[in-house]
Amino acid sequence: MPGITREEVAHLARLARLELKGEELDHFATQLDDIIGAVARVSEVADQDVPPTSHPLPLTNVMRPDEVRPSLSPEAALSGAPAQEQQRFKVPQILGEE
Amino acid sequence: MTTELIKLTAAEIAEKIAAGEVTAVEVTEAHLARIEAVDEKVHAFLHVDREGALKQARAVDEKRARGEKLGPLAGVPLALKDIFTTEGIPTTVGSKILEGWIPPYDATLTKRLKDADVVILGKTNMDEFAMGSSTENSAYGPTGNPWDLTKIPGGSGGGSSAALAAYEAPLAIGTDTGGSIRQPAAVTGTVGVKPTYGAVSRYGMVAFSSSLDQGGPCARTVLDAALLHEVIAGHDPLDSTSIDAPVPPVVEAARNGSVAGMRVGVVKQFRGEGYQAGVLQRFDESVELLRELGAEIVEVDCPSFDLALAAYYLIAPSECSSNLARFDGLRYGLRAGDDGTRSAEDVTALTREAGFGPEVKRRVMLGTYALSSGYYDAYYGSAQKVRTLITRDFEKAFEQVDVMVSPTTPTTAFAIGERADDPMAMYLADLCTIPTNLAGNAAMSLPCGLAPEDGLPVGLQIIAPAMKDERLYKVGAAVEAAFTARWGHPLLEEAPAL
Repeated sequence: MPGITREEVAHLARLARLELKGEELDHFATQLDDIIGAVARVSEVADQDVPPTSHPLPLTNVMRPDEVRPSLSPEAALSGAPAQEQQRFKVPQILGEE
Repeated sequence: MTTELIKLTAAEIAEKIAAGEVTAVEVTEAHLARIEAVDEKVHAFLHVDREGALKQARAVDEKRARGEKLGPLAGVPLALKDIFTTEGIPTTVGSKILEGWIPPYDATLTKRLKDADVVILGKTNMDEFAMGSSTENSAYGPTGNPWDLTKIPGGSGGGSSAALAAYEAPLAIGTDTGGSIRQPAAVTGTVGVKPTYGAVSRYGMVAFSSSLDQGGPCARTVLDAALLHEVIAGHDPLDSTSIDAPVPPVVEAARNGSVAGMRVGVVKQFRGEGYQAGVLQRFDESVELLRELGAEIVEVDCPSFDLALAAYYLIAPSECSSNLARFDGLRYGLRAGDDGTRSAEDVTALTREAGFGPEVKRRVMLGTYALSSGYYDAYYGSAQKVRTLITRDFEKAFEQVDVMVSPTTPTTAFAIGERADDPMAMYLADLCTIPTNLAGNAAMSLPCGLAPEDGLPVGLQIIAPAMKDERLYKVGAAVEAAFTARWGHPLLEEAPAL
């Protein structure tokens, strides 16, 4: 198993949308490397003919009748929003200038 | 009067309220006064809902005055882990990212408690997003263990267990993803139950690792836990992982504790290096007690349990990296860096950087890594195979025995700060509890004495097959009665006064 580098941590942080500071990158690189080293033992079973279990229960979609029923009011649904405008979530710019 | 009321069990409180010997308001006020007196030291609560609790208590007293029949826990105060949404009351999950968020709806569990007239005192402290084994990862500061305030009360539900041990509430709710109900119960000398996966609705419970998370009861006695179990368990159409089957007869089992003729398995893998001598000593005495009470003791071999911790620390972070993607600063909670010049992507990254603590960041990145292209099969895929092997080990063991037992934790409560910089050392606290979460079956922790070397509580873990939760209560009640008779009082009475 490969070790985990500072650059890899920076890449992971970008993928995970975490704006990590420089010292955090060093700190996490060491810790993640230790953890990955310890948990890599699971691959000892990788060659075995064992089916994976993703969930303890067999999951099926639960459907309900398509009926009109009460829901949260727009005010209640937006009550925890950091910013709102015209009964909508106000979000930062998503598309670039170009 | 106040001291007497806070020392009562939930069953006793409910009986006294129903008989008119005491009012729900008096009981609630006694507990609010206790919180006022000791919680500055313990820090079990993040939010105390004084007005709401008294309003619920008044409603119970009015109901009784009208001659209406009261439920088995009507008027009994409860401390609710801050992971369940509560309409109109803050829910933070121990995180800065949800600081000040007031949910517009109740979790199913919250609603069931209210419908049963249980009085919700407030929200308890926890490791951020339930990630941790010590309640040190709370963004709002750690909780102290009432047995020794310099020690951890376990995690992630340390606030709930500390509230019980400090007599701030007779009942509490926890959630158990890798041991977060049982491990705090063990180190605080209280009772904690992880019901079968799917037995208690997850609707409105902030998700950490969806295939492992399970809400459950925390109490000071086995019977109290059973009474609470019956209130919160049962099918919920709002949760697609909720089991549509009758709740096992847990209260009946708790009232008829017995191990006579039962086969009890001792897990071979749960001892050895890393286990405190005093923990093993108390555990061995518990096994001897079970034998004296008429159980047949059988050693069971579960070789895959040795890989459980490793599998857990791949599966749980993988699911958390996905579940926590919703905390993007756009819809609720904190938003950082939105000065009109930054894109949504940058604002999300700055918000998550400001809102998440180190353990959450560590697990989000670990999960992102384990799920990334090229590593998926080696890490996440292999962990899922281990999960299959662990389930098979349980199935094989339960062909030979009715329940299995082990120490709940390898050590007693450690000092606050002792393992803070060593994640792997911290993760070891959940060594004995994790296999049950991976397989989805049921387990309980109850006190089995104090470790001679430090005088701190030791927990005995009982494990039952899925949907056989009543066996936990049957065995737990028998063990509890025998230990209480031997000690001459409940273990918690040996805790120093706060």
